[in-house]
Amino acid sequence: MAIEAQSSSAANPQATQQAAQQAVSVLEGEVTLTVALAGQPNVGKSTVFNLLTGLSQHVGNWPGKTVEQKTGTYRSQNRTIHLVDLPGTYSLTANSPEEIIARNYIIQERPDVVVAVVNAASLERNLYLVAELFSLAKQVVLGLNMVDVAEGEGMRVEPRVLEAALGVPVVSMSAAKNQGVRELVETVDRVVSGELICEPNVPEIRADHREVLAEIHELVAPHTPPPYPSEWVALKLLEGDREITEMMQSRCLPPECWEKVHEILMDHEDAVLAVASGRYDWVGRMIRAAVTRPRAGQITLTERLDRWATHPLWGLAILAAVLGVVYWLTFAIGQPLQQFLDVYVVGGLANAAAIGLAGAPAWISGLVVDGVLGGVGTVVTFLPILVIFFAVLAVLEDMGYMARGAYVMDRFMHLMGLHGKSFLPLFLGFGCNVPAVMGTRIIDSHRGRLLTILLAPLVPCAARMTVVVFIAPIFFGKAAMLVAWGLVIFALAILAVMGVLLNQWVLKGERSAFIMELPLYHIPNLRTIGIQVWQNISEFLKKAGTLILVMSILIWALATLPHGEIQTSYLADVGKALAPLGSLMGLSWEMVVALLSSFVAKENSIATMGILFGGAAGEAGLQSALAGVLSPAAALAFLVVQMLFIPCAATVAAIKQESKSWGWTAFSVVMLLVLSLSAGILTFQIGNGVL
Amino acid sequence: MKRVWRHHSHDVAIGDHDNLSAIPSGESVQIREMLGGHHFLSRLVSLGFTPGTHLKVVQNFGRGPIIVSVRDTRVALGRCEAERILIDRLAREDNGH
Repeated sequence: MAIEAQSSSAANPQATQQAAQQAVSVLEGEVTLTVALAGQPNVGKSTVFNLLTGLSQHVGNWPGKTVEQKTGTYRSQNRTIHLVDLPGTYSLTANSPEEIIARNYIIQERPDVVVAVVNAASLERNLYLVAELFSLAKQVVLGLNMVDVAEGEGMRVEPRVLEAALGVPVVSMSAAKNQGVRELVETVDRVVSGELICEPNVPEIRADHREVLAEIHELVAPHTPPPYPSEWVALKLLEGDREITEMMQSRCLPPECWEKVHEILMDHEDAVLAVASGRYDWVGRMIRAAVTRPRAGQITLTERLDRWATHPLWGLAILAAVLGVVYWLTFAIGQPLQQFLDVYVVGGLANAAAIGLAGAPAWISGLVVDGVLGGVGTVVTFLPILVIFFAVLAVLEDMGYMARGAYVMDRFMHLMGLHGKSFLPLFLGFGCNVPAVMGTRIIDSHRGRLLTILLAPLVPCAARMTVVVFIAPIFFGKAAMLVAWGLVIFALAILAVMGVLLNQWVLKGERSAFIMELPLYHIPNLRTIGIQVWQNISEFLKKAGTLILVMSILIWALATLPHGEIQTSYLADVGKALAPLGSLMGLSWEMVVALLSSFVAKENSIATMGILFGGAAGEAGLQSALAGVLSPAAALAFLVVQMLFIPCAATVAAIKQESKSWGWTAFSVVMLLVLSLSAGILTFQIGNGVL
Repeated sequence: MKRVWRHHSHDVAIGDHDNLSAIPSGESVQIREMLGGHHFLSRLVSLGFTPGTHLKVVQNFGRGPIIVSVRDTRVALGRCEAERILIDRLAREDNGH
């Protein structure tokens, strides 16, 4: 039971609270407390976190892991409370890095209070995690979230009854409507001050396994290393938990003791189900009295929407419509904004710098205008499109649609060893590869994410299509449109083939089973979305932005040094050195340089050709110049290479940021280089014979 | 719970009539047994699937993933995954809640 500490304090909780708090502050001065936020996915945990911490958040990584770590602070009663957002997990068994992180944090860091956020609409399954939490932490507060959604589904949860059953305080909340969060903070304070006492009703194992658990416990208890509760370790061994078994076998238990334990475990290999059933029996007892369903059997909103959204045919149509809206937003809002920023902000800055540096040596103004501002320009002009994409992704995820889109696309993505969830990020790639790579965060398995990141640059982005649209009409006249479509289909076919190959040979093995929760639909919370967009953007600016700037300056230097002209620059030298390779594709060194310069931004290759082929007479002049130096087969080869070539610097930076590995970034670049060049050579050699 | 690989009636279970992938939309069933390694089992368990649990098939079009409702949660399951969940069909009057 969660009970008031003293009967007298119930009459005047305020006074007790103040007294307790004074006592604490007299003893230790300014105290900082740590509160951990635990919960399953789709319970509104991040909304609670965002409401409490606002912009005080720090996003990093869990030590040694690629899992995102969010921490932040809030103030209550003159105390700074340090809030740690544990990864959203369905259980605390060693199934995924997230689950290991969550439980190790609780075991090793011992937070003062653990707030377990649960979804009132699927309380039964949500309390499974709480059942696991109770054997690790004593000071638990239950945040019963989404009570409004539950009521919409015809369910009522009685918080006081649940509180009595669980033995820990329960706070009813609708975080998306900003209800109950203040009460949650107060309850945490009262638990910290000792005014509320948590006596969690720890679930017991099912009767038929009680004896064997006691047997194991007796064997391992003397050898369990300190922060680990020995009863919990015994239970995890019985469950066949990989990490704990490995730890106890290789580091803690003497061999003869492990032999005995191992023998018992072998005889109870099915215990994982017994342990789980025991927890669900416990959950059943907890909620029997607390949950009522006044109108059983009613057709809920989610059910009604899902008849359309998950239908094999209508579901695809809805998905297509959603994506249509994303594109409309990008072109109607994103592009004009992008152009505005490019012309007025970046252009204005460049002009100002050019005037300001008029007296300085040419290389300084070149460095500032072309190198630095060129890089800044690339970063800045990405922003509108990124904001739109991130906002749309966040809205779709928060309202629950994302899982439906993933469901209808799963059949198709399956072929590449991917889940439906990979579809959306890949599709975003048509607009721009950067949000495609960053959007892979919605994929929960590490392997699925990496595979999607590696495939994303094969989706032809808008900037690549600009180059195609510029060059194709010169050589293919009326067939130019066909060639452009053919190139897109070709790129996607390569993507599918690479997906199958990478899945078979490089990232094989642990394709996780397709088991995905379809959360209930609900109104998205604007604050959560705003904070998420802001976080993604600021992270992009901090990490990718710096890398883009460095690469932009580097390319500028290569294209300028030593004589200040691209024709005689190091980049031209590289192009000339690669001329033999170029000639296999029918390309002169100028065209090779144009390809190389597309690394800064895809559309750059047109500008580079302009400079290298005389620069005069504008677009039409360049088009006729190109018609003179390239055969149709060479032009096609150039376009093929362009479609599959290394992505732009911003995308490479995003790949590094998201894969958190220079190794995989290099793998991606080399893979695309080999792929594009061999496709280019093949195209030219075959084309030369046919055209 | 008996171990799967010892129970003779389960040897023919995959592809047979009594796995989840063969159940039409709208029918409620009870889980008899789940086949697979520790990892697979504990993922199923954490989403609410345990032997004895009642679940309702929400959507099954005969191919592609299916949707079931288990412990107040809608869960999408790949077809291969559904084939590894063996079920008992419930009498008609048990259906519908």
